Amino acid sequence: MLLGETIAVAFQSIRANKLRTALTMLGVIIGVAAVIAMVALGTGAQRAVEERINSLGANLLTIYAGQSFNRGVASNNRVSLTTDDADAITKDARLISAVVPEMQTSLQVKLGNKNINTNVLGTTANYTEVRNYTVPFGRMFSQGDNNSRQRFAVLGWDVPEMLGGNPAAMIGQTISIRGIPFEIIGVLNQKGSGGSWSNPDEQILIPLQTARYRIFGTDRLRSITVQVAEGVPLEQGIVDFERVLRREHKIRPGADNDFQVRNQQEILATQQSATQVFTALLASIAGVSLLVGGIGIMNIMLVSVTERTREIGVRKALGATRGNILTQFLIEAMVLSFVGGALGILLGSGTAIALARLAGWNTYVSPTAIGVAFVFSAAVGLFFGIWPARRASRLDPIVALRYE
Amino acid sequence: MNAALSTTAERMAMLPPDVPRDAMIVTRNLQREYDMGGEVVRALRGVDVTIRRNEFVAIMGPSGSGKSTLMNMIGCLDSPTGGEYWLNGFRVSELADDELARIRNKEIGFVFQTFNLLPRATALHNVELPLVYAGIGAKARVAKATEALRKVGLADRMHHRPNELSGGQRQRVAVARALVNDPSIILADEPTGNLDSATSAEIMQLFEELYAGGQTIVLVTHEHDIAAHAARQVHLLDGRIEQDFLTEKSS
Ligand SMILES: Nc1ncnc2c1ncn2[C@@H]1O[C@H](COP(=O)(O)OP(=O)(O)O)[C@@H](O)[C@H]1O
Ligand SMILES: [Mg+2]
Repeated sequence: MLLGETIAVAFQSIRANKLRTALTMLGVIIGVAAVIAMVALGTGAQRAVEERINSLGANLLTIYAGQSFNRGVASNNRVSLTTDDADAITKDARLISAVVPEMQTSLQVKLGNKNINTNVLGTTANYTEVRNYTVPFGRMFSQGDNNSRQRFAVLGWDVPEMLGGNPAAMIGQTISIRGIPFEIIGVLNQKGSGGSWSNPDEQILIPLQTARYRIFGTDRLRSITVQVAEGVPLEQGIVDFERVLRREHKIRPGADNDFQVRNQQEILATQQSATQVFTALLASIAGVSLLVGGIGIMNIMLVSVTERTREIGVRKALGATRGNILTQFLIEAMVLSFVGGALGILLGSGTAIALARLAGWNTYVSPTAIGVAFVFSAAVGLFFGIWPARRASRLDPIVALRYE
Repeated sequence: MNAALSTTAERMAMLPPDVPRDAMIVTRNLQREYDMGGEVVRALRGVDVTIRRNEFVAIMGPSGSGKSTLMNMIGCLDSPTGGEYWLNGFRVSELADDELARIRNKEIGFVFQTFNLLPRATALHNVELPLVYAGIGAKARVAKATEALRKVGLADRMHHRPNELSGGQRQRVAVARALVNDPSIILADEPTGNLDSATSAEIMQLFEELYAGGQTIVLVTHEHDIAAHAARQVHLLDGRIEQDFLTEKSS
C-alpha cells in the first residue's frame, strides 16, 4: 500500500545524508565484495583441480618401477617395468580395461633450423582415449602404425609454438628426433599444466614400438597407466594387476612389491577438499566483515531514529501506525544494505576478474555466490535494521513531538 | 461490543443521557497523572467538557494549567489515566493503538506551535502526508493537497520547502495539512505562539473562515486577543475547568 511512498522516503533520507550514507554503505560494500572475491578465488581453485581430475580420465592408476625389497631391506638392483609387464597385465588382469605403457625421455627435437629440448613419450594408440585427449588437428597414430613402427609424431598443444609455427601448419611436416625424421600427423588439445611440475602440453607422442626399436633401444618403461574397469572399485583393480605383476616379477608371497602405484586422482581429491576448506575459511573471514558492515547499518539507523524523533512524532500524529513507522525504517536499512550489496557484488566481481586477467589467478564468480551474497546483504539489513525500526515504531507520539 | 460496526445512532445512544445529539467530543471526569519518579503530577484533575459540531472553542489558562494535556487527550495522542472520553460516540479509552492512529488520521487535524513540517519535503508533500497514511492513491493525493493549499492561499508555493517559506506561510501549510483529510475537528495548540502579531491575525482570520465554512475548531492559547476570535472559551486552572462561556462571536 505505502510501499512506493516508503521507498521514496528512504531514498530521500539517504540522499539527504550523502557522506554518512556512503560511509555506512562502504562497510557493506567491502563486506560483500570480500565475500564475492574470496569465494570466486576459492571456487576458481576448486574448478582448476576439478578440471585437472576430469582431464586425467576416470579410474586411472599409474605404476612406476620401484626398488626390490628383501625382508624389508632395499636391495641395490633397480627393477624395471617392461613392455612384457604391460602385455601381461593386458592379457591377465581382467578388472583392468586399458593398459597404456609409457616410455619417456627428454630429447632434442628439430624442425628446420629450430631446435628444442622436450619430453618424447613412446606410448600406445589408446593413450589419447584413456587420458581424455582430443586431436583437433590431424589424427592420433593407430594400433597398426605402432605395430609397423611408423615414424609418426603427435604434438602436445604448446609444441607447435615452441617450434615457431601454428598447429594446422604443422601437420605433414617432418621433425627430427635425435636425428631421426618423424612425420607430424596430429596435434593434441590443450590441457594446461594444472600446477603440476611437468607440462603435458609440451610433450611429443610417438608409437611405443617405434620408440623402443628406433629411439630408446630398450623395452624398459617409465610407467604403465592402467584404467580400472567401470564399476570396479580401485582397490580391487589394484589387487588384480598386483597379482599379475608379482607373478611376472617372481615376488615371493609375503615379500614387498618392487613397484609403486600412484593414484593421481586421490592426490587431487585431497587437494580439492583442501581448497574447499580454504574457500570456506576465506568466505567466513569475509563474512565477518559483512557482519561489521551490518553493525554499521544498525549504528547509523539508531542515529537516524534519534535525529528524526520529531519526524516520527509528526507522522504518528498524522495517522502513521506502528507498522508504518517500522516498515519505513526497516526499508531504509534494507535500501542501505541492498544498494551496498549490489555495489559490493560489482566491486567483488570486478576484483575477481581483474585477479584473473592481471595476475592470472583462477577465479570464478558463480551466480550462486552472487545470489547468496545479495540475499545475505538484504538479511543483514533486515537483521540489523529491525531493532532501530522497532525503537522508532514504539516511540510515544507526545514524547516524540516534544523532542528537541 | 464492536464499536467499529455499530451505527452512529447506536453509539450516540450509549453516551451519557445529558449529551446533545450533535456532540463531537464528550469527556467525563477526565484525568491525567504523570508519575515523575515517585511524585505524581496531576495535569488534569477531572475535566467535563462537551464540544458540539461546528463550534470554535478556545482553551485558555496559565502555563502549566493542563491545556496541552487536554488537547493531546482530545487528539488521541495520549490516553487518560482516569475518566472517559467519547469522540463521535467512540469510547476512545477502549481503542487499540492502530485504531487510535486511524482516528488521528481521519478525524483529527493537528496544528502545532512549532509547525512540525517535514523539513526535506515540499509544501505539497507535507500536505499529502495524512492522505498517504489514509492509503489514498498518488493522483488523488496531489489533487486534494493542491486544493487544500489553495484554500489557505498558498497555491503558488506548493513546491517550496519549509525553509523557503515565512513563518506565517509555514503555519498555513500546517493548516492545509490539518484540513486535507476533511477531519471532524481541527486541534491547534498555540498556533500563533511563534508568529508576530500581524501574521497571527492572518492565521486567526483563516481559522475564522474555516469556522464559517462549518469546520469544528479547538484552539489552545493563553493570549486573550487570540482567544477573542473563538465563539466559546474554556478556562483551565490547575487541571480543572474554571470557566466555560460563549463570547460575543457566537451567533
Ligand atoms: N510528559 C510529562 N511528564 C510529566 N509532567 C508533565 C508532562 N506533560 C505535562 N506535564 C505536567 O502537566 C502539567 C500540565 O502541562 P501542560 O498540559 O503542558 O500545560 P499547558 O499546556 O497548559 O502549559 C504541568 O505541570 C506539566 O509540568
Ligand atoms: Mg502547552
